[in-house]
Amino acid sequence: MSNAPLADQNLAQLANWLMYSAIAVYLLAFVAACAEWAFGSRGPGMRASAASPAVRAAQQTPVAPSRGRTRSAAVGGATGSSTQVLAPPATARPEALVTGTGDGPGAAGGSPRADLVGRIAVSLTVLALLLHFGSVLARGLAVSRPPWGNMYEFSTAFALMASAAYVGLLAARRPVRWLGVPVLFSVLLTLGLAVSVLYVDSAQLVPALHSYWLWIHVSAAIISGGVFHTAAVVSILYLVRDRWERAVAGGGAEGRGAVLWRRLPSSQTLDKLAYRLTGLVFPLWTFAVIAGAVWAEAAWGRYWGWDPKETWAFITWVAYAAYLHARATAGWKGRRAAVLGLVAFATFVFNYYGVNILITGLHSYGGLPTN
Amino acid sequence: MRTALVLLLLLALAAVPGSLVPQEGRQPAQAADFRRRNPDLAPLLDTLGFFDVYSSPWFAAVYLLLFVSLAGCIVPRTVQYVRTLRARPPAAPRRLDRLPQHAVWTASADRGEVLLTAADLLRRRRFRADLDVGGSVAGEKGYLREAGNLVFHASLFGLLVALAVGSLFGTTGQKLVLEGDSFTNTLTQYDDFTPGTLASADSLQPFSFQLKGFSATYQRSGPQRGTASSFVARLNYSKSDGGPARDTLVEVNKPLEVDGAKVFLLGHGYAPVVTVRDGKGDIAWQGPAAFLPQDANLTSVGVIKAPDARDRDGKRDGLGFTGLFLPTVQLTQTGWASSFPATDDPVLVLTAYHGDLGMDSGRPQNVYQLDSSRMTQFRKADGSPFAQALRPGDRMQLPGGAGSLTFDGIKQWASFQIARNPSNSTALWSAVAMGLGLCASLFVRRRRVWVRAEAMLSGRVRIVVAGLDPGGTDRTAEEVAELAEELRERFPALKAAESDVKNLEPLPQEQK
Repeated sequence: MSNAPLADQNLAQLANWLMYSAIAVYLLAFVAACAEWAFGSRGPGMRASAASPAVRAAQQTPVAPSRGRTRSAAVGGATGSSTQVLAPPATARPEALVTGTGDGPGAAGGSPRADLVGRIAVSLTVLALLLHFGSVLARGLAVSRPPWGNMYEFSTAFALMASAAYVGLLAARRPVRWLGVPVLFSVLLTLGLAVSVLYVDSAQLVPALHSYWLWIHVSAAIISGGVFHTAAVVSILYLVRDRWERAVAGGGAEGRGAVLWRRLPSSQTLDKLAYRLTGLVFPLWTFAVIAGAVWAEAAWGRYWGWDPKETWAFITWVAYAAYLHARATAGWKGRRAAVLGLVAFATFVFNYYGVNILITGLHSYGGLPTN
Repeated sequence: MRTALVLLLLLALAAVPGSLVPQEGRQPAQAADFRRRNPDLAPLLDTLGFFDVYSSPWFAAVYLLLFVSLAGCIVPRTVQYVRTLRARPPAAPRRLDRLPQHAVWTASADRGEVLLTAADLLRRRRFRADLDVGGSVAGEKGYLREAGNLVFHASLFGLLVALAVGSLFGTTGQKLVLEGDSFTNTLTQYDDFTPGTLASADSLQPFSFQLKGFSATYQRSGPQRGTASSFVARLNYSKSDGGPARDTLVEVNKPLEVDGAKVFLLGHGYAPVVTVRDGKGDIAWQGPAAFLPQDANLTSVGVIKAPDARDRDGKRDGLGFTGLFLPTVQLTQTGWASSFPATDDPVLVLTAYHGDLGMDSGRPQNVYQLDSSRMTQFRKADGSPFAQALRPGDRMQLPGGAGSLTFDGIKQWASFQIARNPSNSTALWSAVAMGLGLCASLFVRRRRVWVRAEAMLSGRVRIVVAGLDPGGTDRTAEEVAELAEELRERFPALKAAESDVKNLEPLPQEQK
C-alpha cells in the first residue's frame, strides 16, 4: 500500500474530461427541466384546475379543517396519472391509486409537449449521471483507492449520490419529476464549487487514511448525504406548498406562484416523502457515525474524542433524531418538523464545508492549501 | 416526547461551542493560543466552561436530563409492551367498513368455516391471530417495531455506561521512544499519563517493547510532494507474563494489542546524535537528542544539555545548545527552513550557552527547553551571537576553548500512545444493538387486520376484511387487498353483492 504507484495521469485526465462533460449535460438537463415547468403552465391540468378555484376552495375547506391542513381533492385528481414518469398507466401500483389527496399534476401540468420536454430532461439527467459516475470511477482507478480522499473527490461523490437518489426515486416509479429543477440546481452548484474551488490533482493518501474503513465510513456518509439532500429539497417544497395551501384554504388569493405550486404534490404527500427518505437513511447515518468511531478507535486509540468532525456528526445525528421525534409530536408536526429537518441538513453541510475549511481538527484531509 | 425533543435540541446546541473554541483536553496548545489572542473573552469563556465543554456541568446536565426523560419514557413503554405481548390482539371495531382499507362481499358459506380459514390465512402470513366467538378474527403483526424502539433507546444507556466506565477506569499515556530504546509499561516510564478518575497505576500491565527501527516514505513528486505515504515502526515486544519476544509492525491504522492495552503510533521525528566535549576535552554528554517537529517538512527544534561540563580550569560550567534540525535544508529570506521531510540534506543549526542549566534546583524542567536565565550565550568576536550550521560529521568549536560539539549522525524517534479502555466492547455492542433496534423501529410496520363474518339470511355470510396501520403506509392496503383476495378465492362473492376493494388514503395517524 505504501508503495502504491503514482496516480495514472491518463485516467486522471479522463476523469476530468468526464466531469466537465457531466456538468455540461447536467446543465442541459437543468434547462430542459426548467422548460418543462415553463411549457407545463399551459397544460390542460393547469387550465382545469385554474378554471374552478371556487369549486376547489369549497371542496378543500370542509376536509379536516381542525388540523389546519388542506386536502385539495379536486386539484389534478383526474390528471394524477400524468405525473407518473416512466410508469405506463397499466402497471400503476397501488400507491398511484392513492392520489385522491390533491397532488398536483406535476411539472408538465398535463401538457404533452411539456411532458416530452420533461422526459428529455430525465434522459439527460440519466446520461449526466452515467458520465458523472464514469468520472468518479476513473478518478478512483487512477489513484487505486476510494475516490473520496479529499474535498474535491468527496464533493463529486456526494453530488453523484444526490443525483442518484433522484434518479433512483424515478426508477422506483415514484412520480417525482418535479424534484428535477432543485436537485439539478444543487448538484450543479456542488460540482461547480468542486471543480473551481476545491479541485486538487489526483494523488495518494496520507497514512491516516490508509484503512479499509475509508470505504465503509466515508461511503456511508456520502450515501446518507445524498439522500438527506433529497429529503431537504422535498422539505423546502413542502414548506412552500403548505404555505400556499393555507393561503388558498384561508380564502386568500392564490398568488403569482400558484402556477408553480399548484403542480406540486399535496403538502401531505411531500411531508410524508421527506419523512420516509430521512427515516430510510437515518440508520445508515447512524452506521456512518459508529463506523467512524470504530475507525477512530483503531487509528487514534479512542472511539470518541469530540474532534470537530465527530462533534458535528453528533450534532447532525441529534438534529435528525429531533426531526424524527418532532414528526410524531403534537405541536411540532408539519412546518416545525420540516424546519428542523432543514436545520439538520444544514448541520450536515456545515460539517462538510465549515468544519473542513474553517476548523482544524484530526479530519483535516481537505487537500486545500492551508495558510 | 416534547421534553425529549427540547432536550435533544438543547444537546445539539450545547455541543456546538466545543467545536468552535479549542478544548483544553484535546488541544492544549491551541487553547492557550486562543486565550492569548482573546484576553477579554477568555475569562468569560472560562467561567462558562467553554474550554472544556464536554466535561462541563451544564453539558452533563443536558445529557443527564435527557437520559432521565428517556428512562421515564422507556420504563412505562416496556411495561406496556409486555402487556401487549401477553394480551390478545385488540378485538375488531364494530364498523369495520369505516376503516380506510377494507373489502366487503357476501358469500354463500358457513360462518365458522370462514373465520377458521381467515385465522389460518392470517397465521400463514405470520400474524398473531385470535378468533373471537363473537364472529370475528383479529390479527396483529409487527411487534418488533416497538421492541426495536425499546432496544434502541435502552442501548443508549449502554453507550452512556461505556463512556462513564471509559473515563473512570481507562488510561492513556504518551511516550517518545528513540530507535533502539525500550519502553516498559509502568507509570514512571511515561512522558505524559492521563489515568481515569478511578484507575490505579497497578492496573498497568508491565509489557515492554523495543523500537527496532522506524521508516517513513514521502511522495517525491506531484502536487502533494512531501506528504507522507507511510509510517512504519518496527517493534519487538514481550508480554508481561514473560514468554518469547515477538517482532511486529505498528502503523498508523494498525495498533499493537498487548495485554489489553493498545499501542498506537502517534508521531515521529529526528534525533541528531551528538558528542559534547567540555573545556578539558572530556565527553560531557553523548547521544541522540530528540528534536520536536514544527511543520509538515519536519523543521524541528530541540535542545542539548550538558550540565556537568567543566571549563578549561576544571570548574563546573554547564553547556547548553538550542537550535533547529532541518532534514532537507533550505535557506530562505526568513531564515532556516526544511523543504522536505526526509533527510536528503540534513543540517543542524545550533547556538550555545554556558552557565547553570538549573537542573540541580529540584524544580521539574522541560527536557525540550533550555532555561537560559542563568546562562550566557557564546558570542563571536564581533559581539553577535555565536551560531553554526553543521552537516553530519561536522564539528562545532566553541569560542574561547570552552568545548566542542560534533554532529555524529541521525536517529529517528517515534511517539506512541498507549491506551487501555475496558469499556470498548460495551460501547461496540451497545452501538450494534442501537443500530439493529433503530432499523427495526423504522422499517418494521405494526398493523392490525380484522376479518368479520356476519350471518345473513339463507345461509349467506357478509365478509368484511379491514386493516389499520398507525404509520399509514400503502403496504398495508396491499396486504388487506391480498388477504381479501385469498379469502375470496375460497368463498367467492355472490353476484349481486357489493364486492369491491376500497383503497382510500389512509388516515394520517401518527404514533405518539
